[in-house]
Amino acid sequence: MHLLVCGGTGCKSSASDTIVENLKAELEHNSLEDDVQVIMTGCFGFCEQGPVVKVMPDNTFYVRVTPGDVKELVAEHIIKGRKVRRLLYENPETKEPVSDSKHMGFYRKQIRVALRNCGFINPENIDEYIARDGYSALAKALGELSPQQAIDIIKKSGLRGRGGGGFPTGIKWELTSKFEADQKYVVCNADEGDPGAFMDRSVLEGDPHSVIEAMAICGYCIGASKGLVYIRAEYPLAIERLKIAIKQAQEYGLLGLDILGSKFSFDISLRYGAGAFVCGEETALIHSMEGHRGEPTVKPPFPAESGYMKKPTVVNNVETYANVPVIFNKGADWFASIGTEKSKGTKVFALAGKINNVGLIEVPMGTSLKEVIFEIGGGIKNNKEFKAVQTGGPSGGCLTSKHLDTPIDYDNLIASGSMMGSGGMIVMDEDDCMVAMARYYLDFTVDESCGKCSPCRIGTMRLKEILDKIIKGDGTMEDIDRLRNLSSVIKDSSLCGLGQTAPNPVLSTLDNFMNEYLAHVKDKKCPAGRCKSLMIYKVIPENCVGCTACARNCPVNAISGERKQTHFIDTSICIKCGACIERCKFNAIVIN
Amino acid sequence: MSSIKVELKQCEIDKIKEICQSFNNEPGELINVLHKAQGHFGYLPAEVQEEIALELKISVAKVYGVVTFYSFFTMLPKGLHPISICTGTACYVRGAEKVLDEFKRILNIQVGDTTKDGRFSLSCLRCVGACGLAPVVMIGEKVYGRVSPDGVKDILNEYS
Repeated sequence: MHLLVCGGTGCKSSASDTIVENLKAELEHNSLEDDVQVIMTGCFGFCEQGPVVKVMPDNTFYVRVTPGDVKELVAEHIIKGRKVRRLLYENPETKEPVSDSKHMGFYRKQIRVALRNCGFINPENIDEYIARDGYSALAKALGELSPQQAIDIIKKSGLRGRGGGGFPTGIKWELTSKFEADQKYVVCNADEGDPGAFMDRSVLEGDPHSVIEAMAICGYCIGASKGLVYIRAEYPLAIERLKIAIKQAQEYGLLGLDILGSKFSFDISLRYGAGAFVCGEETALIHSMEGHRGEPTVKPPFPAESGYMKKPTVVNNVETYANVPVIFNKGADWFASIGTEKSKGTKVFALAGKINNVGLIEVPMGTSLKEVIFEIGGGIKNNKEFKAVQTGGPSGGCLTSKHLDTPIDYDNLIASGSMMGSGGMIVMDEDDCMVAMARYYLDFTVDESCGKCSPCRIGTMRLKEILDKIIKGDGTMEDIDRLRNLSSVIKDSSLCGLGQTAPNPVLSTLDNFMNEYLAHVKDKKCPAGRCKSLMIYKVIPENCVGCTACARNCPVNAISGERKQTHFIDTSICIKCGACIERCKFNAIVIN
Repeated sequence: MSSIKVELKQCEIDKIKEICQSFNNEPGELINVLHKAQGHFGYLPAEVQEEIALELKISVAKVYGVVTFYSFFTMLPKGLHPISICTGTACYVRGAEKVLDEFKRILNIQVGDTTKDGRFSLSCLRCVGACGLAPVVMIGEKVYGRVSPDGVKDILNEYS
C-alpha cells in the first residue's frame, strides 16, 4: 500500500511536510512501516482542496487533510479498511462524498500529458520515473533514430512552444541543428515570471526527470553536449529536486559521457535567475545566463544561430520539454490526435482567482473557456457573477462572457484579443474593476521594463499615469483616446515581446469594458466599487440601530455616534478600508 | 538608491575572495557570485560590490548595473523577520492590496522599508505558487495563506 502526499508549494505551505512526518510516525507506532509506504509526490493540481493525500491502490483521494487527521486516517483506513468520510471531497451539488478523483468535476475533463507523473511518482526517486517509461524515449532516440529522424517526429507531432509564443518546436530544433559549431547549447527556460502562474514550477517539482530526458533528446537532435536550466532563485524546492534528479541521472549513466553506449555525451548545469520578467525573452535570458543585465537584443541573429556564448542554442520552456518524452513513447500521431488543427496536444493552466477550484489543470487544446471555468473550475466563488478571465499574464488580455464558447488554442486566443501566454488563467467576478485590473498589469510592466528602449520604458509609465488619473476620478474623454494611441505606438515600436504586448491589458479592457472606463471618466463612479477615490461610505439612517460595531472597528475613528443613535461617517477622515461594512449586521452602511 | 556605509573586515574580504574563487573568478559567473554573496551577507552593500568587481576584474559599474537590474538583489539589509506580500494576480484579485495596507498601517513603514527596531521589513513578491491559498503572505520561510486584513495583527503577534 502507498500513501501519496502532495508536496506541491500550495500543500507544503499547508503543512504537508508535517503530515508526512506524522504518517510515518503513526505507521511505525502500529508496526506498519514495512507494509505502507509514504511518498511525497509533486502537485496533484487540486490546490483549492489541499493538502491532498491519496491512498493507493484503492485510489482514495483525501482532501484538506491536517496533521491532526493522521491518527484517524491510519486507524480507520489503513488498519480497519474503512474510508474516513469527513476527509473525502464533497460533490458541491449532491453533497455526496466522492472518493475517486476520476469522478470529480475538477478532473473529469482533464488529460494529463505534461503532468502525467505529477502526483504519481516520488520526484526524488529516478526508479519511479523509469518504472513509468522514463528514459525509454531517450534510449529509443539514441538507439534507433538518427537526429533528423528524431526531429521529424517532433515536427510531425505539431508540438508548439508552451512558453507563450507558440513557435513550432521541431522547426526550432531543425534550424539549430543546421548550424555548424564546435559547441551548441540546449537551454531550458524555467524562469517563470508571470504573476499568478506556477505551471513550470509544478512540473519541475513533480517530475524533474521528464525535463532532463527531453533536454538530452534535444541535445542529440541538434548536436549539443551541454544543457543549461535557467531557473528562478525563488524556487528553492524546484532547484533542490532538479539537482537531485540530475545527480541520479548521472549515476545511472543517463547523463554524462557516452550515454547508453551511444557515443553521445550530454550534461546539464543550472543557472539562477534573479527576478526579471524580461528574461522570459530568449535573447534577454541568454544575456542573463552570461552574467549580464537581462536586456534583449535585436533578432536576427536568432539564438538558433548565435545564442549562449555566441553558439547555436535552443531555448524551450519547461512544459514544452515535459511533452517531448511522451511523443517518442506514444508516437507523433497519438500526440497530434489531441487538440485542434493548428494547436496540438494539451496545455497546462494555473487556474486561479475568484473560482471555486483553484489549481493546476491540463486540458486538450480546443477545450472551451466555459468548460474550464464552470466544469473544471466549478464556477465562480460565492455564487457571484462571472465577469472576465485573464490569460497570458501581463502580455495578455481579458476575455468576457461572449468568449466563453471560444475553444482555447494559440490562434483563437490571439483573435479574441488575448494570448495563450505561459498558462496563467485568472478568473474575475463582478467585484473586480477592469480599469484597476489594467492598471495592476501596467504597474507590473513599468516595474519590469528593462529600460533599454524608450517606447516601453517611457510609454508604459505614461499609460500607467493616465490609468491612475482615471482611477482617481480625474480622467477625461481625451485620456481614453490617448490610451489607445499610445498603446498602438508602444506595440509597434518596442524592441521585444515585453513592450510589444505590454499595452494588451489596456486595449482588451478598452475593447470589452468601455462602459467601465466611461463610468470612471464621465460619472466619476467605479461600478465594481473597488476604486477607493471614487467611493464614499455612508450610513443609511433608517437601517442604523446604533450598535456601535462600526465605530468600534473603524481603524481611524472616522465614525461617531452615541449608543442606540444613528452613526455618522466623517468622509474627510475615512480611509475607505471597508471594515465598517464588514462589521455592520444591519446593512446600514453603503458605498456610493 | 540609498545605501549604508559599511567597512569590510579582513575576514569578510577573504569570504568574498573565496566566493569568487569558487567560480574561478569568471566574469560570466557574476550573477552566481552575487547570489552567494547575498546569501552570506544578507544584502549587497556598495563595498561588497567593489570587492567583487576587483576580484572578477570588471568595472564596479557593471556589478552595480547587474545588482540594480534584478529584483532579487538588494542593497539594503532586511529586517529580522522579512515580510513579503504576494501581489501576483491571483492574490491581487483576492484582496492582497488590503492586506498590504494593513501591514503598512500597523508597522508604519512603506514597501521596501525596515522598521526602526530592525525587526520587520516589508516587500512585495510576484507569485509564491500557492494561489489556492490566496492572498498569501510570507514571513521568513513561513507561508501564511488566506490572510485577511483582520488577521494581520495576529500574525505579527506571533513574532513579538
